[in-house]
Amino acid sequence: MIYMDNAATTKTGQAAMAAMTACMAENWGNPSSLYAHGQRAAEDLWRARERMAACIGASPKEIYFTSGGSEGDNQAILSAAWLGEKKGKKHIISSTFEHHAVLHTLEKLKQEGFEVDLLPVGEKGNITPKQVSEAIREDTALVTLMYANNEIGSILPIAKIGAVCREKGVPFHTDAVQAAGHLPIDVAAQNIDMLSLSAHKFHGPKGVGALYARRGISLVSLIEGGAQERGKRAGTENLPAIVGMAAALEEACAHLEENARKVSALRDRLIDGLSQIPHSALNGGRENRLPGNVNFCFEGIEGESLLLLLDDKGICASSGSACTSGSLDPSHVLLAIGRPHEVAHGSLRLSLSEENTDADVDAVLEAVPQVVEYLRGMSPLWKDKVSGKNPFVL
Amino acid sequence: MALYSNKVMDHFRNPRNAGVIEDADGVGEVGNAVCGDIMKIYLKIENDVVTDVKFETFGCGSAIASSSMATEMIKGKPLSQVLQLTNKAVTEALDGLPAHKLHCSVLAEEAIRSAVKDYYDRRGIAYDPVQFPGCDGHCEGCMG
Repeated sequence: MIYMDNAATTKTGQAAMAAMTACMAENWGNPSSLYAHGQRAAEDLWRARERMAACIGASPKEIYFTSGGSEGDNQAILSAAWLGEKKGKKHIISSTFEHHAVLHTLEKLKQEGFEVDLLPVGEKGNITPKQVSEAIREDTALVTLMYANNEIGSILPIAKIGAVCREKGVPFHTDAVQAAGHLPIDVAAQNIDMLSLSAHKFHGPKGVGALYARRGISLVSLIEGGAQERGKRAGTENLPAIVGMAAALEEACAHLEENARKVSALRDRLIDGLSQIPHSALNGGRENRLPGNVNFCFEGIEGESLLLLLDDKGICASSGSACTSGSLDPSHVLLAIGRPHEVAHGSLRLSLSEENTDADVDAVLEAVPQVVEYLRGMSPLWKDKVSGKNPFVL
Repeated sequence: MALYSNKVMDHFRNPRNAGVIEDADGVGEVGNAVCGDIMKIYLKIENDVVTDVKFETFGCGSAIASSSMATEMIKGKPLSQVLQLTNKAVTEALDGLPAHKLHCSVLAEEAIRSAVKDYYDRRGIAYDPVQFPGCDGHCEGCMG
C-alpha cells in the first residue's frame, strides 16, 4: 500500500503506541483520585501538558485537552463569541476556505444573530494581514483563520495576522490542525491567543487534541460535569490518548526540519511530474505550501473514479469531488480559490509523510497519468473539449 | 461495509459497452459538468431492436457502473422494452447503490430515453412527449 492521505489521518507512530500501552498497563488510575495510584496518573497528565506546551511555546496551564481539532475549533470560537456578546461585540472574521468545524460553527452563530465576514482567499489560497486589519471593527469579537489549509496546503502569515489582531485588541484563534507537528509553532512569538490541534495528524492517536488558550483568554465549557481541565472541559481525561499525543508531538517537533526537508522534496517531485499531464493545474501556490501537500485538478474527469482506480493500484489518496463528500457540491476550498465546479470535481489530493519514499513517488507518477488518460478516454466532457466543441478551462 | 457492491465495482472496473458508435441511429446525452455527471448513450437500431449500444460517461464510480449495467440491460431488446427500463431496475441489477448515488441510475435511464427520442426525431416517428421528461437540471429531484 502506498499511503498518501496523511492530511486525512496518519499512521500511529511507535512513540505514541509505546506511551499509550505503558499508560494503559501501568498508569490506568483516575487522575482525579487522591491515592498514590491516581496521583501517578495525574503526574502523567501534567507531564503530557508540559511536553505539549513546550512544543508550541506555551506554558502548561494554557493547554486544554480535547477530543480533537473539531472540538477545539468549536470551543475557541463559541467562547470568544459568547464572551464578546456580553460586551456587545457580535462580529467575527474568518475566511471562505476554513475547515467545516469552523464554518459550521460560524453558521450556527449567524443564526444566533452574529455577523460573520468570510474573507476571500484569492487563487493561491491566502489571507493578508492587510485584509484582516481592514475587516476588524469596533465590535469584532474574534478573528479565526487557519494556520495551513487542509486541502491545498497553503500557509497563512499567522504571526503577522496575530500582530494585527493583538494591536487592535481582538482575540485571534487559529485552526492549526494541519500545521502542528509539521510547521514550527511559537504561540507567543506568533501572537496567537487560541490554537487548536489534533493528535492523529502527526502520528498520534485519533479522538484526542488540544486547545491552547493564552493566559487571560477565557474559555466557556462545552461539556459540563467535573472540574477536569480547570473546569473548562468536564469528563475523566483520556489519559492513554493524551500521553500518546504528547509523545507523538514531541517526536514530530524533534524531527520537524529534517522531515520537512525530506517530504517537501518528494512533494516537489510529485508536483513536477503531475504538471506534465496536459490540462492539469496545481491547486494553491508552490510557495508557502505544507511540506506534504499536493493537490491537482485534471480537466475532464471526476475525482471519485480516479480514487477508486488508484485504490486498485494500492494508492490511497483523496479528492474534493462532490461524489466523495456525499454532497452535490465539490470542495468549498477549490471553489473558494476560483476553480469552476466542473474542474473542482476532478481534483486529487496527495498528502505525504516522512514514511513515503522516492519509490512511492515513482509509482504514483506512473499510475496517475495512466488513470487520468483512461478516464478521459470514456469522458464525453473531455471529448467535447478535444474536438473543439467546448473550450478547455485549464 | 464497502461503499459499493461487488457488482458495481465489477462494472466500474470492467465497463461493458464503453465507447462510441460513429454511425449511431440515436444519441442521448444527459447531466452536466457542474453536477459532475455526464452520460452519453449511442444506439444502433434495426427493426425497432437495439442491435448495438455504447456509452461515454464523465462521473463517479457508480455513474460508470450504472451506464455499463444499463447498456447491458437494453442490448438486443426491442424499443418497447428499452423504454420500460427504470432506474430502479438498474439499481437492483447492481445489487443496490448508496442513497446519495441513486441519481446515477436515474441518469442512465434518462440517457437511454434521450437516445431513443433522438432516434424517433431523426426518423420522424411520432411519440408521446410525456414518455420523455428528460433531465430538468434539478439534481435534488433525482436524489430520492
